[in-house]
This record gives sequence, C-alpha cells and structure tokens, in this order.
Amino acid sequence: MVANKLIKRLDSSQWSVTVVDKNDIHDYQPGYLFIPFGINSPDQIRRTKHPFIADGVELVMAEIDTVDPDGKVVTFTDGRTIGYDYLVIASGTTPRPDQTPGMLGEEWHKSVGEFYTFEGAVALKAAMDRFTGGRLVMHITEMPIKCPVAPLEFVFLADDYLRQRGLRDKTEIVYVTPLDGAFTKPVAARELGSALEKRGIHLESDFMIESVDQEAKVIRSYDEREVAYDQLVTIPLNMGADFVARSGLGDELNYVPVDKHTMQSTAHETIFVLGDASNLPTSKAGSVAHFSVEVFVENFVQLASGRPMTHSFDGHANCFIEAGGGKGMLLDFNYETEPLTGTFPFPKVGPMSLLKESRANHLGKLAFRWVYWNMLLPGRPIPLPAEMSMTGKTPAA
Amino acid sequence: MPTTTIAGHQVEVNDEGFLTDPSQWDESLGAELAHMIGVDLTDKHWAIVKFLREDYAIMGETATLRRVSTQTGTAVKDLFTLFPVKPAKKMAYVSGLPKPKGCV
Repeated sequence: MVANKLIKRLDSSQWSVTVVDKNDIHDYQPGYLFIPFGINSPDQIRRTKHPFIADGVELVMAEIDTVDPDGKVVTFTDGRTIGYDYLVIASGTTPRPDQTPGMLGEEWHKSVGEFYTFEGAVALKAAMDRFTGGRLVMHITEMPIKCPVAPLEFVFLADDYLRQRGLRDKTEIVYVTPLDGAFTKPVAARELGSALEKRGIHLESDFMIESVDQEAKVIRSYDEREVAYDQLVTIPLNMGADFVARSGLGDELNYVPVDKHTMQSTAHETIFVLGDASNLPTSKAGSVAHFSVEVFVENFVQLASGRPMTHSFDGHANCFIEAGGGKGMLLDFNYETEPLTGTFPFPKVGPMSLLKESRANHLGKLAFRWVYWNMLLPGRPIPLPAEMSMTGKTPAA
Repeated sequence: MPTTTIAGHQVEVNDEGFLTDPSQWDESLGAELAHMIGVDLTDKHWAIVKFLREDYAIMGETATLRRVSTQTGTAVKDLFTLFPVKPAKKMAYVSGLPKPKGCV
C-alpha cells in the first residue's frame, strides 16, 4: 500500500521505490478466523503478491538479516545489500509458540490449535470438525496481539457453530485472558463481557500463562491456576521480526519505538515504521495500518519536497467483530476516545451500530474482503476518513 | 480525584487507589503502600521498584511485566513470588505509578 501510493506521488526522476519481501504470498489475514468454521475457504484468502505491486516499484524477494541505520544499508541473509535514503519497516508481528514452554509439541496444530497462520487455521478446521464436545478453551498469552478482538469473535462463532451441530450443550467454552476483563477499555469490556455471559461463555481473567501441559491437557498460570481443555485454541505471544532485534532497533517484544503521530522512529529519523511492527499505543489492527499509512504518505510527500510534516495520526482504529448468528458488532476508537456505543458513520441512521450486534455490521465485515483485494491493496482511496469522528457516538457516562 | 492521607502524605489517588501524580511518591510512601497490600519490601523488591520509577521517568509509561522481567533479569515466576497474584498491578501500585496499560 505504501509503495503503491508513493510511486504515484513522488517524482520518478528523483525517487525510486523498492519493496523487499521474503515471499510472494499475500493472505487476507482477517479470513483466517473464518477458516475453522468453513465460512471462508483457504483459496478465497490467499493470492500471489506481485500482481498487487504497481508498475515502477521494484520487488526484491529476500529475507532481511540486519538494518544498519547509521550506514543506511539493509543486508539480506544471502549476503546481498541494498542502500536507502528512507526506510519503511512494515514487518508486522508474528505468533511465537516457541516462547511458552510446552506449547509446541506433538499436539501442536491438533488439540493445541491456533488461527493466526494459514496452516494453523486449516488445521483448526480439521480439529473443529473432529470435536464432539467437552472443554473448548480460547486462550490469549499476552497483550498486545494482532487484532485483539479476534479471540472474542472466535468464541462467538464457535458458540454459533456448536449450536448448529447440536454440540453446544455438551461443550463448555472458556475464555482465558491476561486482562482483568473481556477487553481493556471500560465501555467495550462491559458490553463484550455481557455478550460472553449471554452465551454462557466462562471468563477466566488475569491469567498469565507459565506453561502448556499437552499430556495432562491443561494450561498453567504463574499463580498456579490450571485450566483443563479438550481443545485448546491459543494465541501465542506476538513479537516483531527478529531482524529488528538483531539490528538493535526494537523493544523487549521487537517492536520499533516510534512517534505515535508520525510513525517516525524515535532513534533514527530516516526510518518510519508502519503496521504492527511499531510500538504505537493502539490496536495492532489492519484499520490502524490503513489509516496510519494515509497520514504517512501525506507527510512523506511533504518531507520529500523539503517541507515540514504537518499530518498527525490520532490512533484511529475501526474493528468489526463477528458475533455469530449472522450478526456483527463494530468498534471505532483512537488514542483519546475509548470504543463507545452509538451508530456509524452517521448519527441515528447508521447503518452500522457501535458495540451492538446487528446484521448490517456482519454484512459490512463480509463485504470487506472484496474491498481489501480490489481497493485497499492496490492503493485506491476508500471512503473512510483516517481521523476518527465523534459523530453518532454516545459519550461514556 | 479523591485525596487521601497515607503515612502522613497527602496524595491524590484514583478509584482503584493508584496514585494519580507519580511525583507525590517517595520511599516511605512506597513502604506504606506495600504494607497496605500485605507486602514487606526486601532489597529485591526495592530493586524492582527502583527500576519501575526510573523506567517511568524515561518512557513516560509503566513498564509491563515482561519489560520488568527482561530489563532487570528477574524471572516472571520470581516477580509472582515477590508481588503475589497480580504482580504488574501491585508493582505499579507500590511504585506510585499508573497501572500498566493493557494495549488494545
């Protein structure tokens, strides 16, 4: 998205744009959630990447070894190097099951499942198909995670899926989180907490995992609680890319510290960090990446012509939550304003409702896959403002 | 914000009892806050509290459990022993800092 937008905006006699990527696969990651329930098929969410790269952008397939921010050189694992004037790091965040003792093992991608990788989501579909009742445990290792609403969506969809298969009465669904409630922000935690309660989903909060015991089929916390499972669905620790750590650019989770309004590295002014790879204090969500890229592009065009950067990102995030039963919820928030109830994008008429289940929200979420492939990736404008608006929102009491 | 008196200090606290102004903290207050949640501060505790105070001054936010663990070289299990049950919150409470933000 950055390359596709910048190549159109920068003077081609002055600037060249190169994308470095380790493979040519691009997944529609929001689709992973739907794979285990057969709502999306694997072929609907995977495409080759190069057709999405605009003419004029050079695409290099390579794995990055290190970045030398002082010499302004990127070294690849095969020894090749590439110099830069400005570097955009967009290497995201990755689930790291290796960071929790016992998580990887014989039962990984079987009774210990996950849906944050293509392979994991496909394996979890098989596990859900085999599931005949018992304890289904959704577990979050540690915040922050990519798409923080996804585990909630998973249990809502599982509730619906098990009902349809006549297995809901034979299943206990447990939601295990390191947070002290269903979500962090007060209004959303209250609304989403009651959505769990309504479905008879048990909430186990403040759970900091120490280990997975695949033999005994339990997860254990540091404060010595045990949660037993028949099918575990876990979200492993999320970490930024290892090359960030090797280059000395990251914090304790390999995220690059940035200015939260410009996404410029706080240590090196020739480095910008977009998407999940930075330490922005907002959700690691596609909507954040999208909105922040728009701000970045405007700023970079100014920077390229020697002017000061005047655009400021407000932390805007917009997340659809699948609620099962053909309904969805919607969250819209930024650094200052927590997710609130109300309607979106227009007062009263909506058509989307904030923090409430509705059919329109669900349809919005399903339609987004088309928008993503056809408008968002190619860098075409979509009619959602980068800056959050209070229009239609009910202020917190 | 309610004002309360702890160990002779007039301090402002939020509805969960966390100090709202970290500059109102000093070591005697820290010891009293720890006492109120049933923790007796040893040298090991003080090393953690000292780190949290210094890190907050630089970073402008309270260190997460993981950050405390990696930066001080203390195993997470040991942090649970030092500040039982909810170490991240208790460490922040004793250090007079806001409770660490669970990022959304």
